[in-house]
Amino acid sequence: MVITGAGIVTALGLGWRANADGFRVGRRAFRPVSLFDVTRQRAREAAEVDLPHALPETRLSARTSRRLTRASRQLLWAAAEAWRQAGWEAGGSLPLVLGTTGCGSESGEQYYRLALEPTPVRRGQPTRSLRHQGQRQALDVAEAFGFEGPVTMIANACASGSNALGHARELVLTGRAERVLAGGYDALSQLAFAGFDSLQALSTTLCRPFDARRDGLGLGEGAAVLTLESLDSARRRGADILGEIIGYGAATDCHHLAQPHPEGQAAFLSMQEACARAGVAPESVGYVNAHGTGTVLNDASEALAINRWAGLRARDLPVSSTKGSVGHLLGGSGAVEAVVCLMVLREQWLPPAPCVETPDPACAFPLVRQPRDARVEIALSNSFGFGGANATLLFRRWP
Amino acid sequence: MTRIFVRGAGAVSPAGWGVEPLLTALRAGDPLPSVESCSRGRESAPSRAAEQRDPNDHRRPTLAAAAYQSTQQFKEDQALLHELRAPSGSRRFAARLVPTPVPRPAWLAHPRLRRASGISQFALSAALEAIESAPGTVLDATRLGIVTGTHTASIRYSERFFGEVLDNPATASPMLFPETVMNAPASHMAAFLGCTGLCYSLVADQTAFVQALVVGCQWLVDERVDTCLVVGMDEAAWPLADALDHFAHGLPVSEGAGALLLTRQPGTPPAVELKCITDAHLYAAAATKEPAARAMRSQLPAESPGELLVDSRSGAPRLDRAETLAWADWRGARISPRLALGEGLCAATAWQFVAARAALTCGSARAANISVVGANLQSVGARFELAEE
Repeated sequence: MVITGAGIVTALGLGWRANADGFRVGRRAFRPVSLFDVTRQRAREAAEVDLPHALPETRLSARTSRRLTRASRQLLWAAAEAWRQAGWEAGGSLPLVLGTTGCGSESGEQYYRLALEPTPVRRGQPTRSLRHQGQRQALDVAEAFGFEGPVTMIANACASGSNALGHARELVLTGRAERVLAGGYDALSQLAFAGFDSLQALSTTLCRPFDARRDGLGLGEGAAVLTLESLDSARRRGADILGEIIGYGAATDCHHLAQPHPEGQAAFLSMQEACARAGVAPESVGYVNAHGTGTVLNDASEALAINRWAGLRARDLPVSSTKGSVGHLLGGSGAVEAVVCLMVLREQWLPPAPCVETPDPACAFPLVRQPRDARVEIALSNSFGFGGANATLLFRRWP
Repeated sequence: MTRIFVRGAGAVSPAGWGVEPLLTALRAGDPLPSVESCSRGRESAPSRAAEQRDPNDHRRPTLAAAAYQSTQQFKEDQALLHELRAPSGSRRFAARLVPTPVPRPAWLAHPRLRRASGISQFALSAALEAIESAPGTVLDATRLGIVTGTHTASIRYSERFFGEVLDNPATASPMLFPETVMNAPASHMAAFLGCTGLCYSLVADQTAFVQALVVGCQWLVDERVDTCLVVGMDEAAWPLADALDHFAHGLPVSEGAGALLLTRQPGTPPAVELKCITDAHLYAAAATKEPAARAMRSQLPAESPGELLVDSRSGAPRLDRAETLAWADWRGARISPRLALGEGLCAATAWQFVAARAALTCGSARAANISVVGANLQSVGARFELAEE
């Protein structure tokens, strides 16, 4: 099972190059929130995407294109890049697996505001209600690139993107599909921003995952899409292979709805399962892209889980969280960080975590704090979410 | 080839907490000859809830569901639609809501469920009933998978929380926000059952439950799990009713959950086998629902005697058109849960499967086709058969 196309959209920019250049030097992409009012909230910044007015060239009608939500537009940019890179053609059945937490939240929030009016607005509301639904973004992608097939929308909170890629991998590995389009996305939403703010989980200073003085996460938005296919299919087409997903683990943390087990029990199980299924020992892993949200509880729990899973390897295992650069993309984070792992494997560098000054003593591993080149054959990516959703993906460089 | 069996089923619906009240309501609300004989036998003794009930309060909207004892009584209660109102007060919507459980189940005292939304309670109740209705099933929580399908998840808490955000985000409740996350019900189920393995929450139109079945079957076939709970669920709130009203004016919105317990072993007879799930026929590009529904129909066997059709018609002609046309030649027994209970989205899809299983286990049908023509994503069907001894 190999990856033949990757598309990415974050606050660092649109596309592989803009993002690779940003992640490689640990650029921070946060700025004051402009999409909705945050003046009455503790946190005021997020990593917003600069979305161009234009859309990539697809089969979508002008009418549909005008109605796309911010989430759909980001997803389409990412999908278009992956599709073009893979060289796939329209037609036929192609499973689509997407992870999200908010679907088309911008449209849903607007619907709600208008429905609350003393004289409720009717015009445009049916479209808003449809555009809010997750399956609409999936249909937009299917229509844009001209395929049909089963749609699986995974809403496993912040692990959604990784679960989507892991599920897609299994579809190919088990022979249920020769090719699968998969990824994750989420646009910034007022509900999520206010929700994390209400939990006092948003940083009011700088998002600094694994820093001893960290004070919370920063929200971002974006999307990433991968084209997965069997090796036979890729070779038959003469496709350029970007890398492999060689392992996938998933575990459920029953500790609390919104807090991880203090010792990261499910995180450990998830990493252990991904490695066991790949037949890979921690000694072979050259880089860990941690979930690393920057909250006190998450990072402490994940650090302990990585220490336990890596054992002696932890002493010199490079770890970083790229959420300090582009924020927490919720349903999009697992897919975006999968593309970051591919960048690491393809271009052989390690993405530093910006703003980390004093690593948390709980980290038995070295945090990547400065840009540097490195030889990495295998990279691991963690994604953990509310509800105890834990997922780990393992990637291997394609020679 | 690995065979998948439906070992247990559970339901929560506006008719009450359990499969039994669901079946009673279906029989009352829509002709259900295939299930009636089964239910009649079980109704010979009044349920405990029925005994405790004040005989004069049968018009109270929050009746204990198990108290529905007869077709006539259900029809009377059914007439009492609840009303959901938008805060402006200018718009009102019909809804069939799940009654308050009487007595309150002991498991609701679990720490994870004290603040849980209604949808989480519905889902867990259906799941527990599915487990309890599968005698002989050894439930190893470490080898249990959970897949849920929903359309709007905990929309009541989402509506409440976002309302607070619009009023003043500085005082929006941190207690509510985590419950608005779409996998909250699955998380509560996993915590209650001790499931530490695979647990997915899927979202889509009414077909999300079928997609969840597909995922559950894949896990079983691949031996990632030994038992899998597949739960369809949704809850009613005014924004949902408002949105639905744009497409089908006056159609009552509904709520609840349905659960199936899947295994690779048939268990004690009569065993119900999930024989097939059709391809998912997407409404992409210019495709309308009609060809997708026809394609789904063509993948299920032609009608033969003793077979049942459980469809997803809701009573709104425009929404039902594609499915009505696809099954126009069906002359056999037919159940349409939404006609009796309202548009319960993924919960109602799960009721379809629960009703189909019930018809087979009580011997009134030997096979059932289940047709789900989703609102705006896809059409997909499935078939249950009695497993050969």
